[in-house]
Amino acid sequence: MSWTWFHKWGSPKWFYALAGRLQPWLALAAALLLAVGVVWGLAFAPPDYQQGNSFRIIYIHVPAAMLAQSCYVLMALAGVVSLVWKMKVADIAIHCAAPVGASMTALALLTGAIWGKPTWGAWWVWDARLTSMLILLFLYAGVIALGNAIGNRDSAGKACAVLSIVGVVNIPIIKYSVQWWSTLHQGATFSLTEKPAMPAEMWLPLLFTVLGFYCLFGAVLLARMRLALLQREARSGWAQAAVRQALGGGLAP
Amino acid sequence: MNPYLQASALACERDGRLLFEHLALSLGAGDMLQVSGPNGAGKTSLLRVLAGLMAPTAGHVRCTAKPLWVGHAAGIQERLSAEENLAWLCALHATAPGKVPATAPATEGRAAYRAAIWQALAEVGLRGFEDVPCHSLSAGQKRRVALARLYLPAPRLWVLDEPFTALDIQAVAQLEAHLAAHCEQGGAVVLTTHHLLGRRPPGFAELALGGATA
Amino acid sequence: MSVLAELLKREVRLLCRRPGELLNPLVFFAIVVALFPLALGAQPQLLQAVAPGLVWVAALLAVLLSLEGLFRSDFEDGSLEQMVLSPQPLALLMLAKVLVHWLFSGLALVLLAPLLGVMLGLPLVCLPVLLASLLLGTPVLSLLGAIGAALTVGLKRGGLLLALLVLPLYIPVLILGSGALQAALQGLPSGGYLLWLASLAALALALAPLAIAAGLRISVAE
Repeated sequence: MSWTWFHKWGSPKWFYALAGRLQPWLALAAALLLAVGVVWGLAFAPPDYQQGNSFRIIYIHVPAAMLAQSCYVLMALAGVVSLVWKMKVADIAIHCAAPVGASMTALALLTGAIWGKPTWGAWWVWDARLTSMLILLFLYAGVIALGNAIGNRDSAGKACAVLSIVGVVNIPIIKYSVQWWSTLHQGATFSLTEKPAMPAEMWLPLLFTVLGFYCLFGAVLLARMRLALLQREARSGWAQAAVRQALGGGLAP
Repeated sequence: MNPYLQASALACERDGRLLFEHLALSLGAGDMLQVSGPNGAGKTSLLRVLAGLMAPTAGHVRCTAKPLWVGHAAGIQERLSAEENLAWLCALHATAPGKVPATAPATEGRAAYRAAIWQALAEVGLRGFEDVPCHSLSAGQKRRVALARLYLPAPRLWVLDEPFTALDIQAVAQLEAHLAAHCEQGGAVVLTTHHLLGRRPPGFAELALGGATA
Repeated sequence: MSVLAELLKREVRLLCRRPGELLNPLVFFAIVVALFPLALGAQPQLLQAVAPGLVWVAALLAVLLSLEGLFRSDFEDGSLEQMVLSPQPLALLMLAKVLVHWLFSGLALVLLAPLLGVMLGLPLVCLPVLLASLLLGTPVLSLLGAIGAALTVGLKRGGLLLALLVLPLYIPVLILGSGALQAALQGLPSGGYLLWLASLAALALALAPLAIAAGLRISVAE
């Protein structure tokens, strides 16, 4: 089997061009999916028999929470690629994905708190899911802080790669221990996402928003990575050509 | 004969600044390479790449064996004595000083080991300082402790970053002679220094960095 | 292997020649524990109820504090460069180094803990569980903390960043360790917690040295 397709991903120039082609499609898909999902979910889906209209926040909360976790896994995978195959593009992916993942985690926490007020009567409850989400936010904060603290960009990228791999090994352990802790300390409350037999008109819009969030994430990540690639490769000919082209070719070299 | 170290198409970039590129070099028995250039030209970076501490931005370095590396910070722990430092460094690099057959009793091995280290310390003029903690030595004496490794069994290739720093005139001359002798006996040396070497072995070459890209 | 023997000798010498590095975390541990009765009030019932969590949080912070300087002096004087270049496996060397550090600082902490536990009103029957949980948990804290220390050793002020990186990773150990103690306090069996702690310790012993070695290589290359 030929590995050239894989090593192509390590070429900044090739990745920049590919990302440029993919990004508009992802953005378009995100806009369509989110528009359909949000309008359907917020306006047309039937209210929950127990929670009334407050359940509708799951159309934002669930995609954000799913994305928050997938983003960390993505960072760890990029970390493995960065350490094993020494690909600069993977370093950049970690660097660019971390703030997006952190903001998704924050969004999930915020929507969880807003949902908690009418449901549990408190903004914050030490529920297992919310607590693991909070810890995930701390893990993101660690990666971002480490990346900012190390001056040398190559070292910063590799250090963040190691930290995300360590983090991803720990995430299941943290998750199970927090679940255990919460079942020991309080009775089971009814949860935001584990709903028995959600009717189709309730979960279909959720599917749309989840896919929409993933497409949005892809589009934002690619945009950030393209910018970071241009900065990192500012010395090379292709990056200078790309910047000139983006500026409309009006500037003399 | 195989060279000890071969580097091809080396490039190094630090914080977006290109230090050098398309650098190729090969070091075999008898070669001495002096890397020169103004401050910030990338001399230390090149040596760290050659020693294997840093990955080059592009290109490859091939070594037959790990070289002996003495950097700016020479690996001398202040809270240990000169002898303890050398014993640790020798054990770490698996270069046991003193030739003792494997069948010899442990005490004999220990004694030969010690004698070799004391001999090396005497060579660099530190007789009587063997068990003084390094924090009470002067900068020049600490440098001598690090350089005593060159008088103990070591790999054939030495990579030395500013080895003459803080040494007095006599010690500089002695080290120059020792380096030249090492090359003449089939070793190889890469070093950076700002002074003109008084003794150059036949295989001497100079590599000027920073001229083209400054 | 003779290099491991030499490493042990070196580390023991270094620690004995600067005993403050060993004593300071212990004093810190005692002070933090003493702060809580002063802040919460000295009602014996309240103190006994919070004692498991309190002893564990204090121990966790003390271990974290003791690790900040673990690689610092070796980094500054170039010893780490020599270790990275050595033909010996770096992960194994670092495992030995962390374990020596734990033997001196972590073990002292474990031995001090029952005294502080008694001062907080923990019944004597709980003390074996306290000892066992700390004995299994503190090596994990040391190994995980060493990963953070390896990644931040090149930074001028790495202390706060180290805490930020490592504290989230400490959460499972904190939950299991204080859980074991709480179970013992309520007269419930605590063996399950201790077994989980033991498996975390085995996992950390196997995997953390690889991450420590990778972190040090990155820090040295900078």
